Amino acid sequence: MDKTVIRAKEFSHFFGAVPALKKISLEICRNEIFGIIGPAGSGKSTFLRCLNRLNDLIPGSRPEGTLEVCGRDVYSPGISVVELRRWLGMVFATPVPLPRSIFENIAFGARMAGEKSRGRLAELVADCLKKTALWEEVMDRLETSALKLSGGQQQRLCLARILALKPEFIMLDEPTSGLDPISTMKIEETLRRLQAEYTVILVTNNTKQAARVADRTAFFLNGELIEVDRTDKIFSAPSDSRTNDYISGKFG
Amino acid sequence: MKILIPPRTEQNVMRSVLWLLTAITVFILFFIIFYVMKRGLPVVSLQFLSSNPAEMGKAGGIFSTIVGTIALTLLAILIATPLGVGSAIFLTEYTRENWMTRVIRFGSECLAGIPSIIFGLFGFILFVTKLGFGWSLLSGGLTLAFMILPTIIRTSEEAIRSVPYAYREVSFSLGSTKWQTVTRVVLPSALPGIATGAILSVGRSIGETAAVIFTAGSSLHLPTSLFSSSRTMSVHFYILAREGISMNNAYGTAAVLIISILSINILAYTLMSRFMRKYC
Repeated sequence: MDKTVIRAKEFSHFFGAVPALKKISLEICRNEIFGIIGPAGSGKSTFLRCLNRLNDLIPGSRPEGTLEVCGRDVYSPGISVVELRRWLGMVFATPVPLPRSIFENIAFGARMAGEKSRGRLAELVADCLKKTALWEEVMDRLETSALKLSGGQQQRLCLARILALKPEFIMLDEPTSGLDPISTMKIEETLRRLQAEYTVILVTNNTKQAARVADRTAFFLNGELIEVDRTDKIFSAPSDSRTNDYISGKFG
Repeated sequence: MKILIPPRTEQNVMRSVLWLLTAITVFILFFIIFYVMKRGLPVVSLQFLSSNPAEMGKAGGIFSTIVGTIALTLLAILIATPLGVGSAIFLTEYTRENWMTRVIRFGSECLAGIPSIIFGLFGFILFVTKLGFGWSLLSGGLTLAFMILPTIIRTSEEAIRSVPYAYREVSFSLGSTKWQTVTRVVLPSALPGIATGAILSVGRSIGETAAVIFTAGSSLHLPTSLFSSSRTMSVHFYILAREGISMNNAYGTAAVLIISILSINILAYTLMSRFMRKYC
């Protein structure tokens, strides 16, 4: 792993007076799959939502410290939030297809950015569907409603939808928490394939998933970063006893 | 000693009572429609629909009142919908709950409870005399618009609020601006609800008498401009019946009125369910 693309230094985030993240310092490198594990309420999702500033939507949310993506401070006044969110595509825990056709779901980001050419959009949609191995399954019904797809297909649609933004990063917030093992496997395979082109940040409440796909893993607890290391090290010889307790299922 | 009623008997009794209550409601509804149709339909003919009233409405048809009704209703909806939907968007998407939104909401709810004749009087003073629009489609349309505004704001607000928060989040996360999120994601999903409010308001406008008679007047001539005075079907019905000019023609007008409201509702719901099937 060569180059650091995301750097958090003493980064905290508050909702009102309540700290959701406490002085997090970590680095994420280009083209790695970075896993984040931890029990509910440990600040994993908050961290992702700080990176694309989705927390801005919540009244009273306030960051502190530095959070940099490719050397630029996410919270500096000069940053374009719209561009930032295109740059860091995000997949949510529950697949949320917008109530429109499969085609329009994937073309959504490009349309919002002003792309009008039907030809270019069609090319983009096909390309993104192929990358998420969804093309074969839906190629003959692109105009039907995306809500008619199965849960697993919807989640891969959401993944394809952010690929259409041409992002540098893919952030996933417990993407397989509602899916069956086979759909989960398909998503994990897709992530490994995408690793060559993107940097992937995978928040998961399934520790085994992190063990399976992440190159490095961070363990969050109550808003604090307990430790971050190579995944095999975290799962074989964690340096903090709390990490050991969590991955061996003593709590969480 | 407590008398034991077997649960099944209790079930059956309650079921019958509820059935009876429903039956009464349906019966009243159908009785009114049936009665008006029985008295009115024999009068309705192509001649009745296409000729203007003569001798104060004793003879002739109701063509000019049909035109007046359509013009006035359209005008009211065209004025009130953008105002109402705009306010609803502002209240739901662009402000947080605070004393101001509560005052606005309270005000608009009070507005909804004001009897229509007060709106008529207000419209008469403001539009007819003060602003000098006279008895005209414009005065009537503006007054009706104010009258239906609270309904439109209320239903649009509820429709916009019921759009899942996740849709907004997804839209933002895909790099849309606030305005794009509102116009491309929130409004299309809220459209069925907004349309329902608009349809309710069309019904109210068509049936309105008190607010209209003061502001649009009761001229029997075919309106030619926004400044023409005009009579709507409901006003025509009221005057024919009140002054005892012709009960037959009054019921004929009523029949046409009911049929138009029914068909507008049916048409609107058909369009809406087609829209919903396509996207949901």
